Amino acid sequence: MNPVEIHPLGDSAAVVRFGSDVDPGIHARVMAFVSHLEADPIPGMVECVPAFTTVAVFYDPIQMTYAEVEECLRERISAVSVAVARPARVVEIPVCYGGEFGPDLEHVAAHNGLTAEEVIRIHTAPEYMVYAIGFSPGFPYLGGMSEKIATPRLPSPRLAVPAGTVGIAGRQTGVYPIETPGGWRLIGRTPVRLFRPEEYPPSLLVAGDKVRFRAIGLDEFKAIAEGSVTE
Amino acid sequence: MITVVKPGLLTTVQDLGRYGYQKFGVVVCGAMDAFALRIANVLVGNAEGCPALEITLVGPRLEFERDALIAVTGRGLAPRIQGTPVPAWRPVLVRAGAVLDFVPEPAGCRAYLAVAGGIAVPEVMGSYSTYLRAGIGGLRGRALQAGDVLPVGEPSERGRTLIAILAKRRGDGFFCAAAWSVDPTLLPAYRPHPTVRAMPGPQFHVLTAEAKRTFFHSPFPVMSQSDRMGYRLSGPVLAMSRSLEMISEAVAAGTVQVPPDGHPVILLADRQTIGGYPKIAQVATVDLPLLAQVRPGDRVQFAPVALEEAQALLRQREREIRRLLVALKHVMTVESR
Repeated sequence: MNPVEIHPLGDSAAVVRFGSDVDPGIHARVMAFVSHLEADPIPGMVECVPAFTTVAVFYDPIQMTYAEVEECLRERISAVSVAVARPARVVEIPVCYGGEFGPDLEHVAAHNGLTAEEVIRIHTAPEYMVYAIGFSPGFPYLGGMSEKIATPRLPSPRLAVPAGTVGIAGRQTGVYPIETPGGWRLIGRTPVRLFRPEEYPPSLLVAGDKVRFRAIGLDEFKAIAEGSVTE
Repeated sequence: MITVVKPGLLTTVQDLGRYGYQKFGVVVCGAMDAFALRIANVLVGNAEGCPALEITLVGPRLEFERDALIAVTGRGLAPRIQGTPVPAWRPVLVRAGAVLDFVPEPAGCRAYLAVAGGIAVPEVMGSYSTYLRAGIGGLRGRALQAGDVLPVGEPSERGRTLIAILAKRRGDGFFCAAAWSVDPTLLPAYRPHPTVRAMPGPQFHVLTAEAKRTFFHSPFPVMSQSDRMGYRLSGPVLAMSRSLEMISEAVAAGTVQVPPDGHPVILLADRQTIGGYPKIAQVATVDLPLLAQVRPGDRVQFAPVALEEAQALLRQREREIRRLLVALKHVMTVESR
């Protein structure tokens, strides 16, 4: 197991680093540590933010010095080293690929010497790992996409990518939860809302979840969007 | 109630931020100059994190439907009532029907308007802050528009005492300002081209030796494409001694990132929660109010500070705010006799 590093992120946060690779095992330790801290926060803790290999712990520096925080975190790391994260939930995300929802699907296919149908088949095959939520509210950083459909970003980003759009950037894939500018290659759209500010949690996905995409047609897209079919 | 006659350039409801939701990608938001927002609230008897207006560069024109106790703090905009200048950094009792507007000042960027009782907007995920990009919080998730009506909450007991004190002295005027104000020596060292203290970040060591020197010795002009998310800095390019394979991880207010073009970006109130660029430095929290008051075109300089000192400075600032609260209570006791 990698040695765990702790370093400051300014005067109000500490970062606990469990490794330096995108790896399910390292991420499992990240999630186990987050579960532990949320169940039993260290004194002065404001919140913690998991990512691929790290947990950032935000704290109130009026209450705690960095040295005190680091010491607390060290003790906790040894306590949870054997802990097991909760079993992953698999969330299915229905996607209507191509057409006006996925204007770059043909480009992704041509770039990789595939047909559009092959791109869809490859994109819907794996169970993706949600390593982190960030970039925008509810946006999942997913791991596990096949390199066969990897495609570079657009040379210059679009000014507005609609909510629900599924994209590819390099070897990553993700879903835009809210309308934002974006440079990803757009291959489809989901009618499912990823950001739900009126609910708790406000995000459909949380770090540690698994995701599977399912291809749907326009009729099913409309039915789900209108709420006549539950997800 | 307060009617928005003109909205100004970017006027939003803010508090001290939305915490506990960053793991869902929800940005923190909150006042860019948290010190100014806290003091404005203290001056009208509110809790320090009460929702107030953050006003940017061009002020709104606001009409008060009822008598209200207000305080304007921050920099960059001088308040007027019915065209008469009103002192900032002190409580002011405004008469129903009065119109408040703002005159731009030569320096500074953001003013804060607190009203006794707070701006009564719904709480969203534990905060009243406007999160513009997601369209939530504040007043209907957006900046103020002409014709908006801002509901105001009930003043606290301290707010009512201040109102009673000022009402006795108001006479026929449209407003009455307290005879005392916040000691100017307690304010952050606001100035157009500030030096902000910064700690080296996790990837500082990857800068070239020259870039390390440059970072702490050159002024960096703030570009016009700067907003509540972050300030983009022009000036010298900061080179890395080797290419870095970065894996995205959490960032914080004051994180200085260097994208591939070598021009640093300081992340601020509306920053995204996770970033993938090298983090070369972290501005001390105590100096974030100085950045909040910088305008595009102003120059920012960085001075090294140790983490322990940055935290000590923050605790000192906190003690000063506590002293201010004590002084305020004392003044009120004396004046209400």
